[in-house]
Amino acid sequence: MSLLEVRNLTTAFQTGRGEITAVEDVSFDLNEGEILGIVGESGSGKSVTALTIMGLLPRPPARVATGSVHFAGENLTNLSDSRMQHIRGPGIAMVFQEPMTSLNPVFTIGDQIMETIAAHERLPQRALFARAVEMLEKVGIASAATRMADYPHQLSGGQRQRVMLAIALVCRPKLLIADEPTTALDVTIQAQILDLLLDLRDEFGMAIMLITHNMGVIAETADRVIVMYAGRIVEEAPVATLFDSPRHPYTRGLLECVPSLITERDRLIAIPGTLPEPIRRPPGCRFAPRCRFAQPDCAAGIPPLLRLAPGHTAACIHIPEQ
Amino acid sequence: MIGIAVRRLGSALPIMLIVSLLTFGMIHLIPGDPAIAIAGLSATPEQIANIRHDLGLDQPILGQLWRWYANLAIGDLGRSLLLGQPVVQVMLQRLPVTLALSAYALMLTLLVGLVSGIAAALRQNTWVDQAAMVFAMLGISLPNFYLGLLMIILFAVDLRWLPTGGYIAFTTDPLGWLATSTMPAISQALLLAGLLARITRSTMLEVLRQDYIRTARAKGLPNRRVVLKHALANALIPITTVVGIIVSLLISGSVVTETLFSIPGVGQVLTQAVLNRDYPMVQGGLLITTALLVLVNILVDVCYALLDPRVRYDGA
Ligand SMILES: Nc1ncnc2c1ncn2[C@@H]1O[C@H](COP(=O)(O)OP(=O)(O)O)[C@@H](O)[C@H]1O
Ligand SMILES: [Mg+2]
Repeated sequence: MSLLEVRNLTTAFQTGRGEITAVEDVSFDLNEGEILGIVGESGSGKSVTALTIMGLLPRPPARVATGSVHFAGENLTNLSDSRMQHIRGPGIAMVFQEPMTSLNPVFTIGDQIMETIAAHERLPQRALFARAVEMLEKVGIASAATRMADYPHQLSGGQRQRVMLAIALVCRPKLLIADEPTTALDVTIQAQILDLLLDLRDEFGMAIMLITHNMGVIAETADRVIVMYAGRIVEEAPVATLFDSPRHPYTRGLLECVPSLITERDRLIAIPGTLPEPIRRPPGCRFAPRCRFAQPDCAAGIPPLLRLAPGHTAACIHIPEQ
Repeated sequence: MIGIAVRRLGSALPIMLIVSLLTFGMIHLIPGDPAIAIAGLSATPEQIANIRHDLGLDQPILGQLWRWYANLAIGDLGRSLLLGQPVVQVMLQRLPVTLALSAYALMLTLLVGLVSGIAAALRQNTWVDQAAMVFAMLGISLPNFYLGLLMIILFAVDLRWLPTGGYIAFTTDPLGWLATSTMPAISQALLLAGLLARITRSTMLEVLRQDYIRTARAKGLPNRRVVLKHALANALIPITTVVGIIVSLLISGSVVTETLFSIPGVGQVLTQAVLNRDYPMVQGGLLITTALLVLVNILVDVCYALLDPRVRYDGA
């Protein structure tokens, strides 16, 4: 049994123009201590996948239309609010893309770390303080004890992301979901935060679901990779396999424009065209309109994930011809 | 914190200087001779001369200005022509009445406005939300004198639960105060509670969308704590501005309410003063009321600093 088992997950949103599926028929496993990378252009459904697992999407408008999420054997999709609160923190923790806005501006960082512990463990105030200081030191905040009284606006973006990591890890979660944790940061800081993340994984041994649209980040951190496009998984492989022999044309496109850590970080320009909006998805393979290998039969139906090798799957009906 | 209060008090000085100058100038803005205006058309030349002398209007303007400020410095705002008492003394008698009523109305406004606004935001698009917003709309659209009249007809005239008007001081008889103040307070509070409910609702909805609320949930905090600690602490910052305005509106709105319910507060005495051309009373009353409103604004700024560390540290 894996730590996290996502099966046929479909998350839908009620919108003014009808219901859209942001995530569709997504299945994957994540083992203890493993780092799973999830890549895809902006809008491909990575965050919605993460937020569905965390149960953090507002319902309505969101709804888990089909599928299940099992964490440590427990199905999260139909859990009570109070049970889910116990999972968030010591079970699954999450850091977000925007360090500048993810901390509450009116409380000290010490308070925000300590209340996280207090929500899950009964400890006297002094023990809470000591644990928080220790955690701040682990994420590389200098003179941690005095910084406890700082407010978020007194910290830089990189420091705030470190504090977010402290909050996420202070209850020793089994799984950390990091949703583009470095995207909003300067390139030099990005590398520091990624290094920190790997160090913390070595120390705490948690599994990590690392979401990014940067193939360079994946190459340096992940054990296994899932590529998402327009709400669906199009390829899954161990990281070395993915970089050596990518099979889906979309993955190939992504790899042709690997932005190394130190270059441009936003657009993946090598693939012409843009991701279709959920209401304007083409029939059949959603990537077909942008694909240089596309054939007329690509529009016939959504291609299933084909097993190419152990642990390697891709959703393209023309793989053999490429 | 104290620094901010001191600095705001400092910046209030020029405001008070301008206000006091305008108040002084008021009497000279009356077309023609103010003494004649005050004395009335049937007054004898002697009476007019007396008034002119009493008010110092027979002296050169700079001399008058000097006397105005010299008296201000020792807390002398002259005598009410109508009541024959020193203006300061009248205000000291009337202010507690107005302030007690305003405080009562403020309590009701905060209670109803905040609770229904927060409830509406948490139950967005449900019947709770709709009921709260219909109520708020009603409160905002009903003119408060009309509401006051309706209440007098229903509770005082028909049901005879409460007196139609008049006033009993809290220190004399707390229950009597409650009986005489409840309808006036409600008639003042309803509109403001409606306003506050709508602003609280939209502010809470805005705050609940913020990233740090998602962080608070991601940490596994119970919903109660997410809303009452993380959301409310941020929502209170813009709400404080509105509460400051509400306090100002309550104090200035006392003119209508006190007249309607015959409550002997500042509003009533100022209305009488204006109608009877009791210039010293009008001048002194306005000056003190304005000073009070400036003070309210300073309090609001101090609250800001208390609520928002970003303000606190900027001003440190
Ligand atoms: N609250 C929402 N309401 C409607 N659509 C949404 C909502 N949140 C996300 N979506 C849609 O879901 C799709 C996937 O979004 P997301 O998971 O944020 O992408 P990303 O891969 O960049 O993280 C997008 O098309 C987005 O427009
Ligand atoms: Mg995202």
